[in-house]
Amino acid sequence: MEIARKFKNTFSMVPMFGWLSGALAAVLVEYFLGYNYISLVLGLPKIPVLFGTLIMLKTPIMIPSVLAYDLIVYIIPVLTVAKLTAPATNKIAGSLEKIPIWLSTIIHLVLFYGIMHLWAGINDYRLLVLKLTMVSIILTISINVINGYQGEFSCSHPGFMAVGAYVASILTLVLFVNDKMFGQALLPAELGPWLFPFILIAGGAVAALSSLIVAIPSFRTRGDYLAIISLAFMFIVKSAIENMNFIGGARGMSSQPDYASLPVIFCWTILTIWIVHNFVTSIMGKALNAVRDDEAASESMTVKTKKTKIIAFMFGAFWAGVAGGLFAHILRFINPGTFSIQRLAEILAMVYFGGLNSIIGSIVGAVSISLLGEALRPLELFKWIIIPLILIFVMIYRPYGLISFKEINVKKLFRSKNK
Amino acid sequence: MDYFLQNLINALQWGSFYAVISIGYSMVYGVLMVFNFAHGDIFMLGTYIGFAIATLFIAVFSALLPTWVIFAAVVIITMFLASWIGVFVEVVGYRPLRQAPRASAAITGLMIGIIFETGILIFLGAKRLSFPPLMESHVYNIGGVYFTNIKVMVIVISLILMLALHGLIQKTKWGMAMRAMSFDFLAVPLMGVSINIIAPLTFAIGAGLASVAGILYGQAYPILDPYMGVLIGWKAFVAAILGGRGSIKGAAMAGYLLGFIEIFVAMVFPSTFRDLIAYSIILLILTYRPRGFFGMEYSTKLRL
Repeated sequence: MEIARKFKNTFSMVPMFGWLSGALAAVLVEYFLGYNYISLVLGLPKIPVLFGTLIMLKTPIMIPSVLAYDLIVYIIPVLTVAKLTAPATNKIAGSLEKIPIWLSTIIHLVLFYGIMHLWAGINDYRLLVLKLTMVSIILTISINVINGYQGEFSCSHPGFMAVGAYVASILTLVLFVNDKMFGQALLPAELGPWLFPFILIAGGAVAALSSLIVAIPSFRTRGDYLAIISLAFMFIVKSAIENMNFIGGARGMSSQPDYASLPVIFCWTILTIWIVHNFVTSIMGKALNAVRDDEAASESMTVKTKKTKIIAFMFGAFWAGVAGGLFAHILRFINPGTFSIQRLAEILAMVYFGGLNSIIGSIVGAVSISLLGEALRPLELFKWIIIPLILIFVMIYRPYGLISFKEINVKKLFRSKNK
Repeated sequence: MDYFLQNLINALQWGSFYAVISIGYSMVYGVLMVFNFAHGDIFMLGTYIGFAIATLFIAVFSALLPTWVIFAAVVIITMFLASWIGVFVEVVGYRPLRQAPRASAAITGLMIGIIFETGILIFLGAKRLSFPPLMESHVYNIGGVYFTNIKVMVIVISLILMLALHGLIQKTKWGMAMRAMSFDFLAVPLMGVSINIIAPLTFAIGAGLASVAGILYGQAYPILDPYMGVLIGWKAFVAAILGGRGSIKGAAMAGYLLGFIEIFVAMVFPSTFRDLIAYSIILLILTYRPRGFFGMEYSTKLRL
């Protein structure tokens, strides 16, 4: 306890900017020294991906060297740089307080992106994990709009994701790629990356429209019918795609162009967080919470309950469609089997683990479940005992999820810690 | 016509599985207002227990006892053992979450189901086991319609189970307690009906029924697989809610309806269209009858 308090006192002066600089120092250390010096000296075959959890679980004899690697490459640089530069970073944080909050947020995010870029640049596996994690963040936030802010139980997210993924894939393949499924490209391939956002939006829009199939019948009454109508919708989408042979049927679609690079996905993730945050703190979002807590009372307070519910549902479906489009362009292969019950269980696990009615909770849930899933991969089957057990304990002790009904204050987060 | 009757029997058999399994769902949903997402995997586990008991009995008693005694013993012992799985799921997954939002309890159930699947996979490996036949299969031919005694047995036993359950719910004190609980699960515990007894009992009955469905399923389709409960469980969930909240009759009817749709769609269209058409029909039904077939009037304020 004493050590923990001392530790806290020592580092309480470090602002967010200082921690980010520390992390930057750590990834720079790894980038320049990681392979040639540190991992070779420690006897590791290559740079440990995901902080060495994979190596530790596969060959337990490596645990000391992996821990030493983590200590030398991550912990020591982060702590020392954060502590040593604290006066300077506090000054910077103080001057960042004077500029508008959006500008200072962008500066922090750029720094954060730089760290991630360097970290993911080490190998492709890290890059893939990072990309899929960010897609999970978008998905989790989008389902939180429905299951958390709206308080319904929707099971249709894999369906919306599939719609978005297929629409986006078809558009990119028709417009920018010469392939055997759709023939010659209609537009020059150079335009592709620039029009990719519009393609994602189109995918999201189609997903939002398709969500009306679920929304219109199920919001006529209050109750659990959304749960099964949305489940039925998911099965319908999967089965419909399997029967459309012109888009590959059950075999799926492949050779999507590689448009979903890390910066693109990062921008979309930030955009999602920003827009969804604005949505749920808007009048519409407050109305949504009111409908969830008491439909009759909110109706009598002039909230148009049905309209609110349908708009929120479409909004959630839109972002699920965008996430699906990104997902398709990350893996560059999709088939209907990707969007089935397993995906649903995964999405539900993320949102209920992280916390309902909270964007930061969704981020925590998505990141922890995806990283846990990757880190425990060497355990093979036992992974599917450990993750469910963790989830059961979280549900029993924190029934609303880890961080629910709470948001962090960005302004407070970035504040200078000079006392 | 023969073709139609042939498929009718298939549909009755297939619907019987859905009906018996979805009754377990429907009871839990009716009494406690929670989704028991572990139910499909309880069905799977029940089938494995039935498999173990059946193998044991056939090995030990096949020379001593007549077939029907073995069959009855296997069914009864499996039902008894499997009902403890239901109790386990209730006590571990649902009891601590009674005050929590219902969705959280559903997630716990889902996770317990995943643990069951993985546990079976770890203990028994990925090889597929085949269920030992408990009775000889005879093929009968009446007017050009072929059917086996197993199909008839599946249908008859399912009907007997449903009638027995109906009697239990309508005639006994326990059944009355369950009906009362499904009417108002907040006030009834105040009247001296212990929710801590009724809730595990409901789960246990559901699990027992699911395990019998598992044995019958094993007789009709004798391949066991740890993931066999996933799809059938979700479909039974659909059937349970389609039947209407708290209605055993509705759940059974919806189960049969689902079986009929699936078999007859496969009769007319290519079988890949099965899910598409089956769920589209369900979507249509729910659009016009959002409370399901026999759903009673109720108002929920979701506990979130």
